[in-house]
Amino acid sequence: MMISVKRILRSGWEKFSRDRSSTGAALVVMTVVLFVVSSLFLLQGMSTFLVERLEGGVDVSAYFKDTVSEEEIFEVRSQLLSLQEVKEAEYISREEALRRFVDAYRGQEEILAPLEAIGRNPLYAHLNVKARDPKQYDQIAEFLAGEAFASAIASIDFYDRAPLIERLSLITSGIRGGVLAVSAILSIIAVLVAFNTIRLTIYNSKEEIEIMRLVGASSWFIRGPFLVQGALVGATASFLTLLFLLAIGFFGSKPLYSFSGFDVFAFLLGHFFSLLLLCLAAGIGLGVLSAAIAIRRYLRV
Amino acid sequence: MIRYRNVTKIYPDNSVALRDVSFDVQHGEFVSVVGKSGAGKTTLLKLLLAEERPTKGEVLFEELSVHQLRPSDLPQLRRNIGMVFQDYKLLNSKTAYENVAYVMEVMGLDEETIARDVQEVLEIVGLEDRVHHYPLQLSGGEKQRVAIARALIHRPRVIVADEPTGNLDPYHTRDIIRLLLRINELGTTVILATHNKEIVNRLERRVLTLVEGRLVRDEKQGKFIVV
Ligand SMILES: Nc1ncnc2c1ncn2[C@@H]1O[C@H](COP(=O)(O)OP(=O)(O)OP(=O)(O)O)[C@@H](O)[C@H]1O
Ligand SMILES: [Mg+2]
Repeated sequence: MMISVKRILRSGWEKFSRDRSSTGAALVVMTVVLFVVSSLFLLQGMSTFLVERLEGGVDVSAYFKDTVSEEEIFEVRSQLLSLQEVKEAEYISREEALRRFVDAYRGQEEILAPLEAIGRNPLYAHLNVKARDPKQYDQIAEFLAGEAFASAIASIDFYDRAPLIERLSLITSGIRGGVLAVSAILSIIAVLVAFNTIRLTIYNSKEEIEIMRLVGASSWFIRGPFLVQGALVGATASFLTLLFLLAIGFFGSKPLYSFSGFDVFAFLLGHFFSLLLLCLAAGIGLGVLSAAIAIRRYLRV
Repeated sequence: MIRYRNVTKIYPDNSVALRDVSFDVQHGEFVSVVGKSGAGKTTLLKLLLAEERPTKGEVLFEELSVHQLRPSDLPQLRRNIGMVFQDYKLLNSKTAYENVAYVMEVMGLDEETIARDVQEVLEIVGLEDRVHHYPLQLSGGEKQRVAIARALIHRPRVIVADEPTGNLDPYHTRDIIRLLLRINELGTTVILATHNKEIVNRLERRVLTLVEGRLVRDEKQGKFIVV
């Protein structure tokens, strides 16, 4: 039993390493398939990131006069939080505001220099308010603009994110739908091509399989090496795919980051193991399954 | 040991290869099957290995009806029969050594036994210096001898040889027939299909004569008779 398992593994390895042309063809096809699959994974990660970033945005900011005390601001804050439309209200003190400002413009002297020239903190303490539904920003803005707060609040900024979000989600859902359809078709084609490549490989071994049957080899003894070969192709293709992704991520990371704020390379590194697992599962699964299905008919002798 | 019962074989294209053939083979017999090209010799042997199914009748090996065996039981049957195929049927991706060793690997024998026996058998058939050649690098006669080595390496109960000397020169032919006789003396049943008149006449063993798929003659110490 053990010796048969060992022989099957060795024989599978021999097929994989000796049978260059068919292993090579299967490897190329399988790598393309896995590349498509993992690109989908990447796209998914990127769109989730963008949507989250958008949803994390602020709807209304209320800036308080310097004369207003922190307690008073907290009072406004608790009033805001009692509103149904308000989801969050974050308090930013003057010091915190300065810190964030300096952080955001780090290295950009032309912006930071005037700040130093002033010699004091020119920024306001403020509340960043987030609506439960971005469309409700105007109710919140109206509430803040009311008589009750006129003496405390210096200015109100509101960002009408709703149309942007609507447009973006329309685009992203459109893209998602399109991408999903295209990638579904692409994956099906890819899987079929992979399956057929492997089937062709096995077809070439049809005679050998029949001979093995006739000299008394059991089905598993014949099937095993082909499954091992399929698994090896899947595993190798997984590593190749990840290598490609990392290379593309490494060189494509900068332009994409400045454009969308999404760091592909960091994402790849962060999800390296789930990606590896995904590729290995898809690759080995596809390799073994294709081989198993393809070989069935030749074992009937 | 082996029993053919009213076996008829008609191929899907309606060519009739065997017509109502019946005979028995006892343990330890040496039987030659003769007949013109196309008489049905190869078909007769293929039926024993369950490579083909009979259209009518049945083939028994040790009381087991060969064609009623489950596919998972076929390997066991085939390991009891060493077949030398007329077209050799060697594995092209394996060397001479590996081809012969494969039969023993299939049976789960250990590496040392395999290494020892394969070397020995390849020497017996005179291929000790062709051990690591692939079939495509071997001559017809050399391939035939690899096929013979493979058929007897695992000491099967029956050796079925389909024209095993078709590609051999007189020297090798004589050696192979001697080898088959010696194996037979040690108790292995041998079935030999051939149209080599000289061999059959020299053997003075049982001869089955096929004519157009019919078994027309079955003699204890037969001669090759041209019909
Ligand atoms: N797979 C097949 N399909 C159709 N007809 C076949 C097939 N195999 C053999 N035949 C036919 O069956 C008949 C017997 O063939 P078989 O191979 O048994 O002859 P043979 O006695 O072995 O001949 P030879 O001495 O040339 O090897 C022939 O007429 C042949 O054409
Ligand atoms: Mg023949």
